[in-house]
Amino acid sequence: MQLNIILAGVGGQGILTIASVINQAAIHKGLHIRQAEVHGMSQRGGAVQSHLRISARKIYSDLISRGTSHLILSVEPLEALRYLPYLAPGGKVVTATDPVVNITGYPDLEAIFAELHRTDRPLLVSAAEHARQAGNIRTSNMVMLGAAAPFTGMTPEELESGIEKLFHKKGADTIDMNIRAFRKGLELSQQQASDT
Amino acid sequence: MNKRLLLGAEAIALGALDAGISGVYAYPGTPSTEITEYIQKYSQDHHSPVRSAWSANEKTAFEAALGMSYAGKRSLVCMKHVGLNVAADAFINSAITGVNGGLVTAVADDPSMHSSQNEQDSRVYGKFAMLPVIEPASQQELYDATREAFDMSESLRLPVLLRLTTRLSHSRSIVESAPERPQNQLNPIYAPERYVLMPHNARRQYEHLISVQPRLEEFSKHSWLNTLIPGNGKTGVIAFGIAFNYVMEARELFDLDCPVLKIGCYPLPRKKVEALFGMCETVLVAEEGYPVYEELLRGFFGGREIWGRLDGTLPRTGELDTDSIARAFGRHVNHGLPIPEIVSNRPPELCKGCGHRDLFEALNIVMSSYDDRHVFSDIGCYTLGALPPYNAIHTCVDMGASITMAKGAADAGLHPAVAVIGDSTFTHSGMTGLLDAVNDRTPVTIIIADNDTVAMTGGQCSSATGTRLVEICTGLGVEKEHIRSIIPLKSHLDENITVLGEEIAYEGVSVVIAQRECLENAARKKRNTAANF
Repeated sequence: MQLNIILAGVGGQGILTIASVINQAAIHKGLHIRQAEVHGMSQRGGAVQSHLRISARKIYSDLISRGTSHLILSVEPLEALRYLPYLAPGGKVVTATDPVVNITGYPDLEAIFAELHRTDRPLLVSAAEHARQAGNIRTSNMVMLGAAAPFTGMTPEELESGIEKLFHKKGADTIDMNIRAFRKGLELSQQQASDT
Repeated sequence: MNKRLLLGAEAIALGALDAGISGVYAYPGTPSTEITEYIQKYSQDHHSPVRSAWSANEKTAFEAALGMSYAGKRSLVCMKHVGLNVAADAFINSAITGVNGGLVTAVADDPSMHSSQNEQDSRVYGKFAMLPVIEPASQQELYDATREAFDMSESLRLPVLLRLTTRLSHSRSIVESAPERPQNQLNPIYAPERYVLMPHNARRQYEHLISVQPRLEEFSKHSWLNTLIPGNGKTGVIAFGIAFNYVMEARELFDLDCPVLKIGCYPLPRKKVEALFGMCETVLVAEEGYPVYEELLRGFFGGREIWGRLDGTLPRTGELDTDSIARAFGRHVNHGLPIPEIVSNRPPELCKGCGHRDLFEALNIVMSSYDDRHVFSDIGCYTLGALPPYNAIHTCVDMGASITMAKGAADAGLHPAVAVIGDSTFTHSGMTGLLDAVNDRTPVTIIIADNDTVAMTGGQCSSATGTRLVEICTGLGVEKEHIRSIIPLKSHLDENITVLGEEIAYEGVSVVIAQRECLENAARKKRNTAANF
């Protein structure tokens, strides 16, 4: 297997937590990983992305080539659009619909959704709302991971055990809440799949 | 087998720890900061006796590392590329003295300028100092090569320069580590003929440095970092450092059958380069950074068919990637969908509620009463004050330059001449400029934006904050009544306008210290305290 994932968001939204969970699962399966991150100035509310590459074979480049990303997983709708040149033919876009409006001239949300719908069956998720239902808005990331789970090359069980590993120091309540959020996202994804 | 998922920066840190360093010396700077942070955390968790606190700047860091080496122990010094400019005096001269305990300088370059003001290539410094340079291509190579670099340094009795770039520093991969080597014993060298660089010694030492250059080439010749990968194509590639990864990726993705010479250890291994040229009609030179070796290989009169950044086969500036290599081979890169026109840029910004915002608001109001509104500034989060909505600062050149540029402009007759500098940038290289201004009685106002931390790089300890800044300014000779403190908060706006207004109007040296803790830092402290209970 060889998988390229672009994680996108705005500095401070915590896309690296999503990467960490997928990494935990990939390590457990003995796969190779390369994960390029953005540190420094952009972390202050700027556009941030992470290139995550997982493969059974040796990986050379830390960066994903244009037109070869199997998944764009974004926690902010405008940011999902920024990386469309990286999307492979038939690649999937999974994005949260909650905008981070910290720039002047933030485009109209409907226009953003229209652009997203030019991709092949994008999955748009009200992550904040589902996270609140899971118990804490801060679990939005795990809602998004759940929604993208079928496209990560990992099974839900593998990802859930990744969540357990990542949050084990924070106690059972935190783990449960994050897994609840993850399952909410997963349900949405399964719903979309069964709608076909 | 001990496997960990590490950033490139962290792989260097672990390699150095396992090589038995006794100390790391560094000033924070993206993309190098995580090397030192990893060692700090490791030392804390393992109660290991590795000295790791932040230095005031890269020069003090380098000199301390050289001192530790003089005493016989191994030391690592880390910085971003522009930090090597600050440490350059010590760096270049350490090649003349040589070292005792192993000394490795890890410098992280930032091509594409993700968080920097230029994309200078540190390999040039390595050549300039006539020192061995290593440039690993993966996280595992970083670990292995860092470990070895200390042996190499002790064997050659020279410092080794380890160069990496942003992508490798900030990318994670699985790294397998080897058992730890114990630290060196204290074993100071008594060798004034080497270390007292008076001309008669320096001349001899310089001759010595030149005489060992063939040994450096021997190292390169046998280094596993330099390998020739066979291929049948008529075009070969010399791939330096991380460029190797993009070449290999393009080779797989686009079915390129080209021989590749991977270079990770300098000076260039002559025989291997000759072997590659013997196989091919044309050679693509893929370097991340300046076309340093492309220029050298082309020579003055040209001759060979060489492609690279200089003839436009590869982009002249910025990072390389797989696609740029594929294009160099004339391959079509399939893009996904274009970026929709509605997608606007999202530049970084000052955090909501940040004290710098309140400082700039007050400063802008004060400056609006002057016709000439020039505010000299510096490097840190407050540089974001150059962007809308504040547009409050008008220069940012190098660490500490705000104070000295304001001074020079004041000398030229500009009034008011105002500088905005952070607490850590002030102690890094602002203090000496302030001394110049005091000695010259220059009418300047220095605003120290003291947020109690090195914020932009992620909240490292600042060398002096709070009352210590007042003491430093007093000690440098600023008149006590013109060292004022303000709290940059909305509720203090009127008061802050008054204080800033008075001091900017004052025709002498004045300092206004705007003190309020960085919000991110406060939140981080709170999280850490919570985690400890």
